[in-house]
Parts: sequence; C-alpha cells; structure tokens
Amino acid sequence: MSVLSCTDLGVRIGQRAILSAVSLSIEAGRVTAIVGPNGAGKSTLLSCLAGLREPSSGLAALDSVALSAIKPRDRARRLAFLPQTPEIAWSVEARTLIELGRTPLIGARGQTAEDRTVVDRAMAAANVSEFEHRIVDTLSGGERARVLIARALAGEPQWLLADEPLAGLDPAHQLDAAALFRRLADEGIGIVVTLHDLSMALRLSDRIIVLADGAVLADEPPATALSAEVLKRAYGIEAILTRGPGGPLIDVIRRT
Amino acid sequence: MRPVSRSLLYAGLLVALLLLSGVSLIAGKVWVPWNVWVSPEADPRWAIVFELRLPRTLLGLAVGAALGLSGAVLQGYTRNPLADPGVLGVSAMAALGAVLTLYYGVTAVVPWALPVAAVSGALIGVAILMVLSGSASSLVTFILAGAILNILSSAGVSLALSLAPNPWAVNEIVDWLMGSLADRSFEEVTIALPLIVLGCGLMLTTGRALDALTLGEVGARSLGISMGRTRWTLAVGVALAAGASVAVTGVIGFVGLVTPHLLRPLVGARPGALLVPSILGGAVVVLAGDILVRLTPTAGEVKLGVAMAALGAPFFLVLLLRLRRTIA
Repeated sequence: MSVLSCTDLGVRIGQRAILSAVSLSIEAGRVTAIVGPNGAGKSTLLSCLAGLREPSSGLAALDSVALSAIKPRDRARRLAFLPQTPEIAWSVEARTLIELGRTPLIGARGQTAEDRTVVDRAMAAANVSEFEHRIVDTLSGGERARVLIARALAGEPQWLLADEPLAGLDPAHQLDAAALFRRLADEGIGIVVTLHDLSMALRLSDRIIVLADGAVLADEPPATALSAEVLKRAYGIEAILTRGPGGPLIDVIRRT
Repeated sequence: MRPVSRSLLYAGLLVALLLLSGVSLIAGKVWVPWNVWVSPEADPRWAIVFELRLPRTLLGLAVGAALGLSGAVLQGYTRNPLADPGVLGVSAMAALGAVLTLYYGVTAVVPWALPVAAVSGALIGVAILMVLSGSASSLVTFILAGAILNILSSAGVSLALSLAPNPWAVNEIVDWLMGSLADRSFEEVTIALPLIVLGCGLMLTTGRALDALTLGEVGARSLGISMGRTRWTLAVGVALAAGASVAVTGVIGFVGLVTPHLLRPLVGARPGALLVPSILGGAVVVLAGDILVRLTPTAGEVKLGVAMAALGAPFFLVLLLRLRRTIA
C-alpha cells in the first residue's frame, strides 16, 4: 500500500510561518480530508504533499522517498494534482484539455490507441463525455470543474490530491464527485482533498485532518475529529455534530 | 470552429510557399520570365536570379520561419496572444547589440561580430523577460517588461546615433535598422541559416511543455514538466532564431504576432499544434510582404520592416480591442 507522508514539515514565507512541524502519514485507498479555517495552510500543505512546493524545513515523501528526489515526470505519473483556481489559458476543446492529463505518460511517438481509451474512460467517470468537443470557455463553472477532474483521472494516478474540488459544484454534482472519489478510493487510489464544507467532509472521508494556524489540531476518523472543542479552537464557532436523514451534519450555532 | 485537417493545412501552406518562392525569383523591378531559366548562359538576367533573388528568397523563408515560430512559442509560453519577439523587445535588444558593433566599426574587421552581438542582445532580452515572468507571469507584466526593453534599446540606439563618429556610420545604422531583405548575398544566408535551424530545433522540442502550460505554471509542473528546462530551451531557441534574423535583415516586426493568429482558427488553440504551421506560415507572410514591397511603384524600394509595421499596427489594434474585454 502506497503511503504519502511528511515529517516535521514547515513552510515560511518571509517572517510568517504558514506551516510548522506537520507530520502525517496518509495511506492510499482512502479518502483523507484536510479542513480548517481560511489561512490555516491547507493549500500549502497539499502542494507540499504534491511535490510542487519545496518546504522550508522537514520533508514530504512518497513511499519513504523524498518527493524532491523523484524525477518530476515519474512523480507526475503517480500523483495528480488539482489546484484550487485552475488556469485554462487557451480556448481549447474539453477533450484536448483532458488529454493533457496523459502528458507524463506519452512517449516520443505521441498518443496511442490506449491513451485514447483511457481518456474516454476518464471522461465517462467524470460524466463529461457529452461535451467532449465543446470549447472550455463555453462550459459552466461546474462543467469545467468536472472536466478538470477528468483531466486528473486521465493520467491514471495512484494518488489524487485536489484543492477544494467541490467548490463551485451544485449539490447534485457535489454528490456525484463525492461518489467518484469514494469509488476511486475503493479501487485503491489515495484521495486527499481540502474541503470547506464540514458536513461533506464527515460524509465523504475516512479520515479528517484539522489544520489551524499551520499546525495539526486533530487527525482522526470523522466520527471523532470534529468535536465541539476542536471546532471552537479551529474556527472560533460554537457548533454541534448532529445526525440528519442524509448522514452526519455540523450545525453551526454562533461565533464564540 | 472545427480545425481543418492537418494534411490539408500543410498542403495548402506548402503550395503557397512554392508559388511565392517562384514569384519571388521572377518578380521585381526587372521581371525575369520563364524562358531565361531555360537558357541561362544567353541572358544576363540569370545573374539577377542567382546572385540577388535566390539569397533574398532563401533569407525570406528562413527569417519568416524563425519569426513565425518565435511568435508562436512566445505566445504559448506567456499564454498571451500579444506576445512576439518585436512586442516583447527581443528584436529591439538584438538590434541594439548589432548597432553597437556597427557603431564601433567592428563589423569591418570581424564579420561575425554582428550576428554574435545580435544573438547576445536577444538572449539578454529573453533572459530579462524570463526572470520577470518567474515571479508573476501576468499579461500586464509581460507587456510592460517588453515596453521597458523596447525603451531601453531604442535609447541605446539613439545614443549610438547621436554619438556616431561619422555620417556614414549613422547612415549604415539607420539603413540597417529599417529591416529589409534587399541586396542580401549568400554570405548572409550562411551566417543566419545554421543559427536559425538550431534555434527552431530547440523551440520545436518545447511543444509538449507549451501544451501543458495551458493549465498554468502550477498545472504544467504537476504534469511533470520542468519549468526551468523549458524556460531556458525556449530562451536560447528564441534568441538564436530571432537574433540571427535581426542580424541579417534588421528588425522586421509583427510576423511573429500575426502568423499564429491567422493559423489559430485553422489548427485550434493548442499551442503545440501551432508550432510547425507557424514555421510555414511565417515564411509565407515574409515572402508575400517582400514581393509586395518590391512591386510597390516608388522611386526607392519600401523597406520590408516599414511595410510590416504599417500592416501590423492596425492588426495589433484590432487584437487589443478584442482583448480589452478579457484583460480589463
């Protein structure tokens, strides 16, 4: 089982510590959610785990090999990353964009029939086959988000790290995306997502890591991670964990 | 719009190139009809074709290819449809390098000093752009950096002109700056061609990285693209190709800007798909422009650089008006 980990990870920007002494070990085949208030360091942690940011101290490793020591192309074959505000610079067709996910796998000969099959499968999984030939500019925000998920799947990664993948999706497509992440995890892929929606984090994940002020405040299964005490300390809110017909819910009562 | 099929596009561009090359050999102040070609010894006009028009046509092809590809690559890298070696000040920096060698009269003693200086100037220009883009590669920073390079190099050129030791030096510099393919010989071809081929070769290796950059720098890095390597391959490639072009023809602007734009509706917006068509398209644009200036009925020949600027400026304006909505 593949393991993504970090040890004593610290990131400083100038004098400000964004992350300090974060140590984690995340297993593949599960959905791990990173939650926390704005500015807690979620995105920074995720980009360190994706090997896209060099930590100021400590290290991030994939199967005990430092990410900085893995060739970028090899790293990209194993680990896909979805940034929070993805840039799409040119008005290309959705399929062209999704095919970019195969970049680290394509040899000198260019696309093969197998590459095309995998892209078709990724599009089907993310439910975007119908707008294969639409220009990305003409897609709605939610449609574009799904196209970008398909782009990540097209690389057949062992790990999928996504920064706020559900932001901008309507409730129905949030459920679809959550179900897709669940299915991918069941197939053995490691899913690490940052989330703002705490109830969604409870329902979607196998493990919740609560970050506050650049440090890990809680790291537990969903049933216990989001206790009233943790929510108070992390977010400065009074909230309780209840149970609705659709699953667990965080009911926010007031600011403390 | 559905892009046209690749083979059709290539066929079209190649036919256009062949036709234009033929016309370029025949057309000018003195027309060289087909029968001269059949019996070369009998007609002195044969010399015009071989010693003037052939090198001119070859240079037109090479310089057009270099500028077209440089434009496509710079647009892909900066994710900015306004990028081109001229707009971003790379050509101007190459010109400054060349002017300095003309000013000091080095070219009379060391003939290869000018191309070396032009390529070095271009390399310094691209390096400054890349350093600026490393921290914040927004459209605005790029255009501003280009403006700064253009101002800097034109100040340097003006300084060289005002301090020029004699009127001949001034004349030589001004004449050269305007950009032209006229009166070139095989000497220029042998100087420029190897550098242009090498530069284009380097630029063509960046196709996949440019495609990945559609997803931004973070997106490209997450796909395993090494930004450092891409940046320097591209910088050296553009500097060699654009610098060598400026060295032999002076500054010919807007080719790199216009060519990818004309081709984008035909091949789609994927940057890597634009590279080879831009080589052919740039050559078509320069050859067509050069034939036009030769046929313009003026006392002296209109300089190609001047004509391209006259055609390119309105194009740039239209582009800017269209872009205004997206960058506002």
